[in-house]
Amino acid sequence: MKKLIALLLALVMVLGLAACNSDTPANTTAGTDNTTQGGGDETTTPEGSGRVYYLNFKPEADAALQELAKLYTEQTGVSVKVVTAASGTYADTLTAEMAKSEAPTIYNIGNLSGLKDWNDYALDLTDSAIAQELTTNDFNLYNEAGELKAIGYCYESFGIIVNTELLEKAGHSLEEIKDFASLKAVAEDIHARSAELGFDAFSASGLDSSSSWRFSGHLANMPLYYEFRDNDITEQPATIEGKYLDNFRAVWDLYITNTATDAKTLSTSTADESKAQFTEGKAVFYQNGTWEYAGLVEAGLAPENLAMIPIYCGVDGEENAGLCSGTENCWAINSQVSAEDQKASMDFLVWLVTDETAAQKMVDTLGALPFKSVPESSNVFLADGSKMLADGKYTVSWAFNHTPNVDSWRATVVTALTAYSADPTDANWQQVVSAFVDGWAIEYNVVNG
Amino acid sequence: MKAKTSVNLVQRPIRRCAPLFILPTFLAFVIGFVWPFLQGIYLSFCKFNTPKDAVWDGISNYTKAFTDPGFRNAFWNTAGFAVVSIILINVAAFLIAYALTQKLRGANLFRTVFFMPNLIGGVVLGYIWSLIFDGILKNYGTYLTANGTYGFWGLVILVAWQQIGYMMIIYIAGIQAIPQDMLEAAKIDGATGRQTLFQVVIPNVMPAITTCTFLTLTNSFKMFDQNLALTGGLPSVIQDGAKVNITELLALNIYSTYNINKNYHGVAQAKAVIFFLLVAVLAIAQQAATRRKEVEQ
Repeated sequence: MKKLIALLLALVMVLGLAACNSDTPANTTAGTDNTTQGGGDETTTPEGSGRVYYLNFKPEADAALQELAKLYTEQTGVSVKVVTAASGTYADTLTAEMAKSEAPTIYNIGNLSGLKDWNDYALDLTDSAIAQELTTNDFNLYNEAGELKAIGYCYESFGIIVNTELLEKAGHSLEEIKDFASLKAVAEDIHARSAELGFDAFSASGLDSSSSWRFSGHLANMPLYYEFRDNDITEQPATIEGKYLDNFRAVWDLYITNTATDAKTLSTSTADESKAQFTEGKAVFYQNGTWEYAGLVEAGLAPENLAMIPIYCGVDGEENAGLCSGTENCWAINSQVSAEDQKASMDFLVWLVTDETAAQKMVDTLGALPFKSVPESSNVFLADGSKMLADGKYTVSWAFNHTPNVDSWRATVVTALTAYSADPTDANWQQVVSAFVDGWAIEYNVVNG
Repeated sequence: MKAKTSVNLVQRPIRRCAPLFILPTFLAFVIGFVWPFLQGIYLSFCKFNTPKDAVWDGISNYTKAFTDPGFRNAFWNTAGFAVVSIILINVAAFLIAYALTQKLRGANLFRTVFFMPNLIGGVVLGYIWSLIFDGILKNYGTYLTANGTYGFWGLVILVAWQQIGYMMIIYIAGIQAIPQDMLEAAKIDGATGRQTLFQVVIPNVMPAITTCTFLTLTNSFKMFDQNLALTGGLPSVIQDGAKVNITELLALNIYSTYNINKNYHGVAQAKAVIFFLLVAVLAIAQQAATRRKEVEQ
């Protein structure tokens, strides 16, 4: 009996060790290798061709990419591995994966500070096959030497999503809303009659970590954008003035007073809660982006009842503002893998945006892709954005991409904003201002010091 | 006699194969611990993005680590947290263990129930307790991350709830190992309950106390999951011109330092080395201190 136990124990130990050795990244939602099952022998690629390892940044695109990878392998025989980092862990996953011998060949660089970290690992894509497919260079990332290092492959817009059906039910129309004053008038009217209408103006402006980025990131873009526009800032500044923070406060007050959610409970109010209020028809306005479109339609909202309007905050001339558009999605090819792998990766990227099936799938998943062969998106928010541009309105660019030590800066802003929401005094607003302005200077020194 | 022979027959081949049995674990230890540990020390003196491109950088990482107010704040948090939780957990665990060894009705059921929180993972516990605390604090118009005090005591309560059951099991084993004749002798000599506890029971469970204080000490210093899930270091404020995450403990501070950007990978590594030295010195000192009080049975 004891012999048997000893044997079993030894077996367990050896198995345990074997399990420790298998080479699967720990924090990924999907780590399927499409040519072989499980870890171990990943060398079944045809001889002479490289391997493609795509480290994906967008969890919502994972399923589509896995499917496309499989299709590509079927068509060409080239092995494509797609791994998606779990939400919020992309930076960690990238660092860990890059240290491995089988490093990612295609990965995402979010912004210029990301490029500073990964410049040595990014292939110069100037005049490359993928770069020639682009319709615009607006979303690309260039390093200090002016080399094209990452291709902006899809762009997104955010603003205030409107349920036009409810808006009309409340006796208002989209045309009424042209600037902050008119937005405020409509929102306050709806809120005042919320009991009678059965819905309120804004969905919850939750400051739980699942939702706070909509405000510390996206809403904060408004004061940053206008300040940078006034001062002609195109690079990360060492300090900011906070010139438009009163406008930020005005919008924030509008959000947290004209809603069904108690401002004291915002610290625990989640993204799901806010989205649910909107999809269940309990709120007319919902600040979010084009990426929400598929989810909203899936939840039962009719596309014809959805629209996206710019975030108005009371800045002069804002009736000519369009949506906030930009991207954190830029493809880079790892310059430290073999030439074959780089070539295989480039071929895969070109295929993604030129093959008919692939391009359609990409556009359905990601929204707008600035490539010649990619069809138009059916996303009404993007259509709204394009229409505004066609009408000659200006794009509010993603000024927040300049934020130094972005997660840390945002955490301070969220802390102050939560305290202010629970107790909206001038003194508490001063804390928000300090988090914005002083926080920026501190984080700038941390990052560059 | 016969039984003994058969035991030997079974054990001898196993004993002979000892190195074979040790080998897998030893290899795992070298691969998974010794080598990364040495590499980690080396990297703490380097500038690096991934370990592949490490460049020697002298002690600048250590200078940065020591001058970081967030790190100092995390150190004091951790020290305070360790003191409070060591006392709270051990006293509570011992008292419960003592009560449950007094031939109480349903003692076994209680033991099982008290042990159960330990079976839940730290991250899950953190999220669950943040909901509980926020649910309670909501009635008072406030929330868990409103200030450092709530976050600190929240973490203490969470960890106590999780670990008391585990330490209780160790204390129960210690108390049950006290020879019955010793306790009987005390009784016959007319010792009061208090005298029995302090003169007989406690000196005899010193080995368990050593073990439990060691475990609670190292657990408190290494606390990470619960800290991350409960408050994530929030509130995050500006103090004296520097940014500080008020409820951040050391491990979480190291983690967030690493994620600033590539210039901070080495600093985080240096902090980790300092952290290791700190835990090692404290653990050894604690072992030496409590061992001296252990009695031979």
